[in-house]
Amino acid sequence: MIPAAFEYYRPTDMAGVLSILAEHGDDARVMAGGHSLIPMMKLRMADVPHLIDLQDVGGMSDITVGADSITIGAMVTQHDIIDNAELTAAAPILREAALQIADPQVRYIGTVGGNVANGDPGNDMPGLMQCLNASFTVVGPDGTREVAAREFYEAAYMTAREDDEVLTQVTIPLPAGGYAYEKQKRKIGDYATAAAAVQIVKEGGSCVSASIAMTNLSDTPVYSDAAGAALVGTAVDDAAINAAIAAMLGDIDPTEDNRGPVAFKKHVAGVILRRAIARARSRA
Amino acid sequence: MKDEITREERVDNLKGMGCSRKRVEDARFTQGKGNYVDDLKLDGMLFGDFVRSPYAHARIKNIDTAAALEVPGVLAVLTAKDLEPLGLHWMPTLAGDKQMVLADGKVLFQGQEVAFVVAEDRYAAADGIELVEVEYEELPVIVNPFEALQSDVVLREDLVAEDGSIPDGAHGPRKHPNHIFTWDAGDKAPTEEVIASAEVVAEETMYYHRTHPCPLETCGCVASMDKVNGKLTLWGTFQAPHAIRTVVSLISGIEEHNIRVISPDIGGGFGNKVGAYPGYVCSVVASIVTGKPVKWIEDRMDNLMTTAFARDYHMTGKIAATPEGKITGLHCHVTADHGGFDACADPTKFPAGFMNICTGSYDIPTAYLEVDGVYTNKAPGGVSYRCSFRVTEAVYFIERMIEVLAIKLDMDAAELRRINFIKKEQFPYTAALGWEYDSGDYHTAWDKALKAVDYEGLRAEQAQRVADFKAGKTRKLMGIGLSFFTEIVGAGPVKNCDILGLGMFDSCEIRIHPTGSAIARLGTISQGQGHATTFAQILASEIGLPADSITIEEGDTDTAPYGLGTYGSRSTPVAGAATAMAGRKIRAKAQMIAAYLLEVHDNDVEFDVDRFVVKGAPEKFKTMKEIAFAAYNQAIPGIEPGLEAVSYYDPPNMTYPFGAYVCVMDIDVDTGVPDIRRFYALDDCGTRINPMIIEGQVHGGLTEALAVALGQEIAYDDMGNCKTGTLMDFFLPTAWEVPNYETDYTVTPSPHHPIGAKGVGESPHVGGVPCFSNAVQDAFRPFGNTHTNMPHDHWRIWKTANDLGLHD
Ligand SMILES: Cc1cc2nc3c(=O)[nH]c(=O)nc-3n(C[C@H](O)[C@H](O)[C@H](O)COP(=O)(O)OP(=O)(O)OC[C@H]3O[C@@H](n4cnc5c(N)ncnc54)[C@H](O)[C@@H]3O)c2cc1C
Repeated sequence: MIPAAFEYYRPTDMAGVLSILAEHGDDARVMAGGHSLIPMMKLRMADVPHLIDLQDVGGMSDITVGADSITIGAMVTQHDIIDNAELTAAAPILREAALQIADPQVRYIGTVGGNVANGDPGNDMPGLMQCLNASFTVVGPDGTREVAAREFYEAAYMTAREDDEVLTQVTIPLPAGGYAYEKQKRKIGDYATAAAAVQIVKEGGSCVSASIAMTNLSDTPVYSDAAGAALVGTAVDDAAINAAIAAMLGDIDPTEDNRGPVAFKKHVAGVILRRAIARARSRA
Repeated sequence: MKDEITREERVDNLKGMGCSRKRVEDARFTQGKGNYVDDLKLDGMLFGDFVRSPYAHARIKNIDTAAALEVPGVLAVLTAKDLEPLGLHWMPTLAGDKQMVLADGKVLFQGQEVAFVVAEDRYAAADGIELVEVEYEELPVIVNPFEALQSDVVLREDLVAEDGSIPDGAHGPRKHPNHIFTWDAGDKAPTEEVIASAEVVAEETMYYHRTHPCPLETCGCVASMDKVNGKLTLWGTFQAPHAIRTVVSLISGIEEHNIRVISPDIGGGFGNKVGAYPGYVCSVVASIVTGKPVKWIEDRMDNLMTTAFARDYHMTGKIAATPEGKITGLHCHVTADHGGFDACADPTKFPAGFMNICTGSYDIPTAYLEVDGVYTNKAPGGVSYRCSFRVTEAVYFIERMIEVLAIKLDMDAAELRRINFIKKEQFPYTAALGWEYDSGDYHTAWDKALKAVDYEGLRAEQAQRVADFKAGKTRKLMGIGLSFFTEIVGAGPVKNCDILGLGMFDSCEIRIHPTGSAIARLGTISQGQGHATTFAQILASEIGLPADSITIEEGDTDTAPYGLGTYGSRSTPVAGAATAMAGRKIRAKAQMIAAYLLEVHDNDVEFDVDRFVVKGAPEKFKTMKEIAFAAYNQAIPGIEPGLEAVSYYDPPNMTYPFGAYVCVMDIDVDTGVPDIRRFYALDDCGTRINPMIIEGQVHGGLTEALAVALGQEIAYDDMGNCKTGTLMDFFLPTAWEVPNYETDYTVTPSPHHPIGAKGVGESPHVGGVPCFSNAVQDAFRPFGNTHTNMPHDHWRIWKTANDLGLHD
């Protein structure tokens, strides 16, 4: 478990980062917490001749809760999310989800930016961000642009971010209503067998909006528009939940791995979503 | 002279047997000051690592090392061709087979060692490995032992004669080129007869999956050949340092006095560090070739994929009984998957270990066991993972068969056990498969356990739960796992136990220093068991010097007396006995010195805690401290100066610890997630030396049992690719997954052991695996389940529920 040789850079500003990226193209990669990238390098599954550490760049470690939206800097750690009371009050699903990621040691180091930029279908934050309809700010040689989380993921490890761009910030519209992040895993530190992120807004006993995203059940996170739509206009009763689950099952495409075969994963996905909806409903 | 402290205080001061003395090792471990083999740094030390096969079965057409040798820092690349002139391209295994050190023309499992790159540091070695070009020609892969016995594909061409005939193996005739041995125990015809004529027969086929001991510290070594004085020093993660010294001498031709093997601190072994691995041989050769020390350390994937696995037993059982539940006969057949080489670590005469303890704790009059060992394209190994030789398999087998029989009889499984237990008055008891159980009181232990958990109450609660489930009120089932195990540990009597011809005695050498402190050296080696703590306690009680004044040293073959090492719960039964016996020799001499000092006859003094007193005049005494000093500063007629002793102990029998475990589990039928609500463990390990260490051992063993029962597995796909090579997929439980354990005990001393101790390190694993498994299976019993295979991970539990129609 020894990585191939690489050049290590530690620039102190974004211009420095971008110029190294420009110079080395896809031979260069940024590193945030390194808790996804370093294992891949050690397994020699990722070959990174030029490694750019983002730790000293600065300006990407703030959490700001505004009137209609929340911004989270790319270098904010998963632990910071858990530890921030204001954020938890504004968007409690973030804390509920972050607590189910990895273990405390990983969460002290792993970042939000790394988690969403990584493109690993096992990561929990991409689905979470799709549920919350977040957008990602990326900066590159041509300046800054925004990409919706729901449009960011193309395939495993393939995202809308170009090789010469850096993700700097996540912006989340202030969520409303009830929420739940439900995850089944084999043990602490494991990626999901199936996970569901749910936000539900109810008015007078009827659901007015619902947002549902699933994790590790496809080669990308799965935002299931149809599943959310199945709840809207209902009392979120059993029939509606069944319809949402059926819609979700049409959108996921799990593969067999050591967690189990496809039939099992689909069944568990349904159970997890049912529980997530029930919990979100109880909080709505 | 009057003593200022009471007798009780004198006992306490010794911190002898029965005291929960704090572990002396922990001061350094908790401060990160342990000294493991990878901490060793020597001047000019090189680093070696392997090119490993990506294929499970392939011929090697060519190996090109030129590009690798160009890498700065790479000094040499060894292949089988380089080792062949030295006769070291193959090495003997502990099981009487031989194993390739480096691939000799073909590979037999994924991860097999193909070439050894020696470099100035690990990084250069890793870069060199990438550039060694190996040309493979893939061969058909066999990962199933039943298929292996039918196949035309010959895995081990070296074991087939030119004319196609199959020469005998180390354990007798072989019936197929991929067959290793047939081994049996008991009476075949009578057993078959009993089963054929029995009123009730329960049958089951079960697979005890392949798993791995996975010690936190992987295997490794540093070899240093001093060409000036001809001495080889080998530091390594060795559970049996003396045996390694002898093996290295036999295969290298270096005289044994010129080899020094040192086991420093070891971070867990659990059987994984018993065998000899290619890394050791290659490091030694590389050190001889380069004249420099060479280090080899496995990474996690190397460890999981290539060094000794455990289990992989396909077992078929038949158990016969009367309609009232009295067992009359037991038949067991095992197809044992040994992988590409037979590298099992068992005493020579026991190629299936002590699998013939599979009649368990029950008085079964007739039994027969037959085991077929088979080659497949999987990694070699077959070690006893936290158990005595194959005892976990045996206990799992019988504890499942009991449950299966209970289902057949529609009987309560606790009651079925009770009516079949060997009775207290039957000990020493000779079992149908040959072992003589030393002592036991199973009924007392069982009753205590069932009472402690309110067994009746649990069954009532479970019945209610089933009713609620059927009424749609809950989706959680409740399982009550029972297990009653008898272990067989302390291998073993030299008359029937040896490894590579070395009798399985053990040893202790004691030196008392003039000021009344001592050092004792043993032939065993702690890997976390706390020997430095407990062996000092045995000695404290035997020789009357405080445990805190006794240093225990193990693991250096230049200083320690010869012993067979630590595994199979043998340290306390064998080396612990040697320690007590050596202590008694010290005491015998001390008695003579005391008598001389007190000016009375030898027989007029008696030992009392920490001194010899004149019989009937307790105010006249000499403390052991005083006696020690006298041994070095007085000329005592007829007695040599000094106070030392050595004892080599050949145990007259094994010891047979036992225990009663109960697990209560809730199972989410829809997700397959189990939740362990309660775990009660009663252990009887005979005399208890240090209750705190026993409790720690029980917690550790149970946790490894939980791991194995609920998910820990080495799995292969059809191409022989190992699917579980990292800790992401190989289940190692964390504190989060582990329940609270309630521990309890009874004490039934071993009648033949000097201090009555039986050993405890492995009992909880042996008894725990069937207990966890039985809990899962019991939850589904009301719905028609008889048996499902481990590991009971989420999807397999879910599948059980699904197959029973519980998701409809
Ligand atoms: C034992 C273990 C268990 C884990 N379990 C979970 C889990 O249950 N759920 C889960 O979601 N995650 C899990 N993780 C992953 C963990 O959360 C990672 O830390 C996270 O996925 C990546 O964050 P990082 O800061 O470490 O990113 P890095 O490893 O540094 O980077 C990951 C990738 O993202 C890119 N990247 C990083 N930052 C940026 C940026 N600002 N702009 C552009 N690209 C960037 C890198 O180039 C790299 O390709 C686990 C990790 C470990 C080691």
